[in-house]
Amino acid sequence: MKIAVCVKHVPEGTSRIDPGTKRLDRSGEGALNHFDANAVEEALRLKGDSDTEVVAVSLGPQKALDSLRKALAMGADRAVLVSDDAAAGSDLVATSRLLAAALAKEEPDLVLFGQQASDADGAVLWSAVAERLGRPVVSQAMELTVDGGTARVKRQTEHGYDTIETPLPAVVAVSDAINEPRYPSLKGIMGAKKKQQDVLSLGDLGLDAGDVGEAGSRTTVLALGSPPARGDARKIEDDGNAAQAIVDFLAEKRLV
Amino acid sequence: MATLVFLESHDGQLQKGALGALAKAASLGDADAVIAGEGARSLAAQAGRYGAKKVWACEDAEVAQPLPQPRVDVIAQVVADGGYDTVLFANSVLAADIAAGLAARLDAGLNWDLADIELQGSDLVGKRPALQDSVYVDVGWTSTPRLALFRAGSFDATETGGGEPEVVDVSPQYAAHSTALKLVGQDAAESGGVNIEDADVIVAGGRGLGSPENFSLAENLAQALGGAVGATRAVVDAGWYPYSAQIGQTGKTVSPKLYVALGISGAIQHKVGMQSSGTIVAINKDANAPIFDFSDLGVVGDVHEIVPKLTELIAARKS
Repeated sequence: MKIAVCVKHVPEGTSRIDPGTKRLDRSGEGALNHFDANAVEEALRLKGDSDTEVVAVSLGPQKALDSLRKALAMGADRAVLVSDDAAAGSDLVATSRLLAAALAKEEPDLVLFGQQASDADGAVLWSAVAERLGRPVVSQAMELTVDGGTARVKRQTEHGYDTIETPLPAVVAVSDAINEPRYPSLKGIMGAKKKQQDVLSLGDLGLDAGDVGEAGSRTTVLALGSPPARGDARKIEDDGNAAQAIVDFLAEKRLV
Repeated sequence: MATLVFLESHDGQLQKGALGALAKAASLGDADAVIAGEGARSLAAQAGRYGAKKVWACEDAEVAQPLPQPRVDVIAQVVADGGYDTVLFANSVLAADIAAGLAARLDAGLNWDLADIELQGSDLVGKRPALQDSVYVDVGWTSTPRLALFRAGSFDATETGGGEPEVVDVSPQYAAHSTALKLVGQDAAESGGVNIEDADVIVAGGRGLGSPENFSLAENLAQALGGAVGATRAVVDAGWYPYSAQIGQTGKTVSPKLYVALGISGAIQHKVGMQSSGTIVAINKDANAPIFDFSDLGVVGDVHEIVPKLTELIAARKS
């Protein structure tokens, strides 16, 4: 079996939007999106001692190799980075086109995603990618088993728990409740450097600049503004009188 | 603007968030709706009261289960037949998967996590809070159809006084991958006690309560305030409290007048389920907990010390 895990390199610490490009500033330090660590872990758990190959796939600047190496250090076998200056600023339509093209080359039996990106709070990419690949998709997986050509997923939604079966190949987005991601061992970190890491350009995927980046996108950022004020938010330390302070606050707001 | 709103139904009920999006769409111009699932036709009249002029109804066996991909086929067909330039969704696990699938199917722009939309002249502009809501971004679309996914609780579901809508049956061709999933088991949340979605006051507990027994702190405070008890996913997964009380991305979305968070850090998955609450009071011993970024009153302190006193003071005040 071959499992592809899609991972994102996200800015670390306080993020900002560049007022010039109106894009998220990705110039600083970055790290593996922590929700994606659950997807990597799940791929490794499914692999176990078998000859299943786990390929970590990412889309981003050259620096995104750092996050792919983290996936390799955890135990993934190989990494693929799609990196091309023309791809910067891609929205969902363009990003899913790029990622689907990279995944189509790999022909994995199972594509895994984490439950959202911690920078853009996006939780939409897997479904768009599945549609482009023409594969069934299940999100919010909290348990995942594979038996022959079928995957079985237990998921939680707003209405309770569903158990869903899907034929492979398929796309599954896992919830962060599915597992506790391992920390890479020192041996894993050392070994990661020697594992195969391919960087692909648009040309390698048979795409051109008009398909991606702002040219290939269908949404745009018009302006940046301030959020509506949240009134007079207050924060206090309990000095023994916090209970009374809360009651006074609720009384002032006419909530008691 | 020709707007279509996806109305999610569950157990024969149209979901409140979707009706809110419909009412919003109707306030901007003519709005139609699409309902896919068992009993879709019978829900059309209700959609009319929230502003739908026309309801596209699909009752095919392919959409009997709450799965996204066959609904992509349905909505793609409706967009083509009805000539819609705008399609609105209220966020849910199901709706997000449909919206993203439709974006790829139609190469249509999707703006998600929107708190509002407005017309600026003839341009549609989405309001998107970003970076922990510290920035409000105005977003737009460069082609049609324009797809928008609203965050939970963005709009009140208020009846617009619309009349009986025209009902049109729709039955698309389904893609092979759209019908590949099989729902083999469903374990609905047991309901019972106060429905937290309708409560004016919610006291919710997280891991910071320390143990399942300590949920009595939340229960006693809720009783004193005349409210209901909620819980985070972490404590539900740990078996401390039933799933029916879970608030967040895969639980209930609530907007009570008062939300009291006890020992809740405020992870994004919890936040999306309660951020539209009227007043938020949080008690947490970690001064850096994200919940303080969106609380009206944040108290850095020990819930085990503060909550019993608070419960006593409120009970005394009421008697």
